[in-house]
Amino acid sequence: MHSPSATAAASATPSAGRQPIHPGWLRACHWINALAVLVLVTSGWRIYNASPFFPFGIPNGITLGGWLGGAIQWHFAAMWLLVANGLVYLVLNIASGRLFRKFFPLSASGLWHDAMAALQGKLSHANPRQYNHVQRLAYLFVMLDTLLLVLSGLVLWKSVQFPVLRELLGGYEFSRRIHFVAMAALVAFVGVHLVMVALVPRTLISMLSGRAGQKP
Amino acid sequence: MNPRQRPTLQTVDAEAALAEARRLIGRKIEQPARRAFLTRSLTLGGLSLLTGCGVSDHEGVEAALGAISRFNDKVQGFIFDPAQLAPTYPASMITQPFPFNAYYGEDEVREVDEAGYRLEVTGLVADKRRWTLPELRAMEQNDQITRHICVEGWSAIGHWGGVRFADFLRRVGADTSAKYVGFKCADDYFTSIDMPTALHPQTLLALNYAGQPLPPKYGFPMKLRMPTKLGYKNPKHIQAIFVTNTNPGGYWEDQGYNWFGGS
Repeated sequence: MHSPSATAAASATPSAGRQPIHPGWLRACHWINALAVLVLVTSGWRIYNASPFFPFGIPNGITLGGWLGGAIQWHFAAMWLLVANGLVYLVLNIASGRLFRKFFPLSASGLWHDAMAALQGKLSHANPRQYNHVQRLAYLFVMLDTLLLVLSGLVLWKSVQFPVLRELLGGYEFSRRIHFVAMAALVAFVGVHLVMVALVPRTLISMLSGRAGQKP
Repeated sequence: MNPRQRPTLQTVDAEAALAEARRLIGRKIEQPARRAFLTRSLTLGGLSLLTGCGVSDHEGVEAALGAISRFNDKVQGFIFDPAQLAPTYPASMITQPFPFNAYYGEDEVREVDEAGYRLEVTGLVADKRRWTLPELRAMEQNDQITRHICVEGWSAIGHWGGVRFADFLRRVGADTSAKYVGFKCADDYFTSIDMPTALHPQTLLALNYAGQPLPPKYGFPMKLRMPTKLGYKNPKHIQAIFVTNTNPGGYWEDQGYNWFGGS
């Protein structure tokens, strides 16, 4: 299904087809981030298992590190990857104007419209260069959630050295809960994200090669 | 004729077989996006399988993780602010009972006899004489109610009292420009810390818990209490203290826990 605006945009800029849907730096950041998140989440589960504060643990078979010490080594290595990559992403995203171009405007009515269209299976994916409002919200959410994970992680790592941050996040013990819940939200996002990619597989091609995948 | 050579299949029409193969493959590559997605999913699946079979066992990976952990020691040393105090709490917030924790069970707690006890002080110090407990109790005593944070994640608030470690180090004429202070314990535990943390005002050579001499389970006759470091950096049943420029490592640190272990 083609929306009129998407067709118009495509014909107005004939060279748009040659430009990658996602610039190279973005694709690199995306996959480095995916690796960092995979390592951080699976090693984090192992660390959580050492002293669970909810009445459940994570099956050790799906965790990384083999034991608490190993999991911490993985976690405190991948954190650098996540933060460095996240900073590169944010700086380039803001400096290039992409952040504001792709994610705004974002409105309640736009969200309602796109969410309803998605649920009825009528959402157009004709123009992969444009995010619908639900995507905009989801990606902005995951950016903020990752920021919260980094900040609460800083409190867990260095609760004495960052007193202002510690008090802002409600102290050491509360930060543990924040860190866990933010992790759960991130994992939920990844779950939905993967389902969406399975439903519209050419989005994967464009995140890999930058080109538009063939429409099925 | 080479016996391993495959015999020609006389009965198969080669042309027809090739056409059939082309048709099958052609159908599969009609949807490159879907195919690529499946390939990638399998790769992601493979990656997640790695988590189950211990990638950390690989020597190169272990070495890399160890190097990053040592880099993290340096970063923590850099972040460490000698004047930044850990939060203190009112007596009403003390965790009751304060949890026992060691690398062995509570039924294996070492009993140290006070009468024969002498604290050994060696390494880069001017005064190497041994200390009795009454001598340590005669020094200025300080109290703190602080949060003990375990590497496992849990934390508990406790009440310790004793001699400021900085006071003790100056008293024995320690070379405070040295890099490390090491500890050997009656329970065969050992660990070591950086000099800036040793001199931190809240680093305490703790002799008391809750106003009473340390009970055996909390480390009688003394433990080093540092609210700026994780629990495994706080040794109990200390028998010997030494100042050195060679990193002495530690019981858990040598097995992979981060050496600095700061919070």
